[in-house]
Amino acid sequence: MMPLLSTQDLQAFWLTLRLAATVTAVLLLLGTPLAWWLAQTRSRWQRPVAAVIALPLVLPPTVLGFYLLMLLGPQGAVGRLIAAMGLSALPFTFGGLVVGSVLYSLPFVVQPLNNAFEAIGARPLEVAACLRASPWDRFFSIACPMALPGFITAAVLGFAHTMGEFGVVLMIGGNIPGQTRVLSMRIFDHVEAGEYSQAHTLSLCLLVFSFAALLAMSLLRPRRVERG
Amino acid sequence: MHILSRWLFALGMTVAMLCVPAAADQVAAQPAAGSRHMTLAAAADLHYAMDQVIAAYRHDHPADSIDVVYGASGQLLTQIEQGAPFELFFSADSDYPKQLVAHGNAGGQPVPYAVGRIVLWSASIDMHGVQVAHLAQSRFGRIAIANPQHAPYGKRAEQALRSAGVWDQLQSRLVYGENIAQTAQFAQSGNAQVGIIAQSLALDPAMAKGSYAPVPPTAYEPLQQSFVLTKRGADNALAQDFARYMQSAAARAILARYGFTLPGGADH
Repeated sequence: MMPLLSTQDLQAFWLTLRLAATVTAVLLLLGTPLAWWLAQTRSRWQRPVAAVIALPLVLPPTVLGFYLLMLLGPQGAVGRLIAAMGLSALPFTFGGLVVGSVLYSLPFVVQPLNNAFEAIGARPLEVAACLRASPWDRFFSIACPMALPGFITAAVLGFAHTMGEFGVVLMIGGNIPGQTRVLSMRIFDHVEAGEYSQAHTLSLCLLVFSFAALLAMSLLRPRRVERG
Repeated sequence: MHILSRWLFALGMTVAMLCVPAAADQVAAQPAAGSRHMTLAAAADLHYAMDQVIAAYRHDHPADSIDVVYGASGQLLTQIEQGAPFELFFSADSDYPKQLVAHGNAGGQPVPYAVGRIVLWSASIDMHGVQVAHLAQSRFGRIAIANPQHAPYGKRAEQALRSAGVWDQLQSRLVYGENIAQTAQFAQSGNAQVGIIAQSLALDPAMAKGSYAPVPPTAYEPLQQSFVLTKRGADNALAQDFARYMQSAAARAILARYGFTLPGGADH
């Protein structure tokens, strides 16, 4: 009798969780200022930047993966820069997957945050400014708490989307156990090898996880707060 | 109501746009009376060679149309067993075609068509005279192989590395392609310094900018490759003709040009 999950499957599971957690943390750090800028700015660059961020929603992940492979590879511009800085190349590494997944999941984090920041409106911030709150103070004491539901949505969507990421990983991952062999790759391998029972087990894990994540998101979101 | 009517208009336009090309396809497909069609699934090592074989066949039979789908042999087997519309299955080994027969999804017996070879290929390092055991040297960097779990060429690469005694040592430097074509692409783009790939890919002009060293065939189990008609292929006259064509001198010459050893003694 085979155990439910093999050691390799478990390894892929933990690796995927680690990837999703890292990517979510990076995305919240990058996405928050980006979303804040998008919500506040009157720059003519606002719309083009927003469109660029939304690109992964419509682009096939293979396009992103292909560009990353070419850019990050030893002949690519970014790859050469990284090599010149004495760092190791990114394709086929965990770091490479983080970079790829951050780009691919960016709209899933920035858009909910942007919506949440925009929903606050100018008034609470103006009032705070009249009370001599500094811009930083306004951001951390007013905007962040009011945008909390947006943060929850952004974190859950970023995390869950990275858990299920496949196309970019397929292009730049190299399927290395413990490094880049994430759950979706493992499922793909099982299916290709005709190991349907293992594929079933892992797929069910992802299905249950995704449902739980979405359910948790809607439960965690506070009900609509009446604003005066 | 206004919004609804606009929405209906948009829906109608979408449906119309979907239908027009489909109708055009049918018109285009109709006129050549008696024209035949089939789709064949081929292992990724055949990528260049099969294109040539099909071009040669189409040269003699311009009315026939043949689509090809390339992939890892295991992946293609799975797809056929799940009902993919392929009439012929060219595997990179003989086990997968046998499985198709055993599972009752084949329309004939497997026919050996070639013996595959593996080579060490690199875009950046001069590979002349390099042996498998040398790959342990760090100057060879990352080494791409096809996934041994479901790609026959990957299994042979693993065997070659094991018989040279460097498999365990190389674990941290191995990168896995989903099929032999992706493995070659990892090496061609320089992302992996070395690829253990099919000789048939290394011999294509597209890969000419690199260099390669053959792996002695004694280092791995012979890779006898077979094709088989699928169940739906058994009813397709074109698939049967093409299967016969694979035995012809013309087809065999193309395969030989791509470094395949040919199974001896068939007819013709």
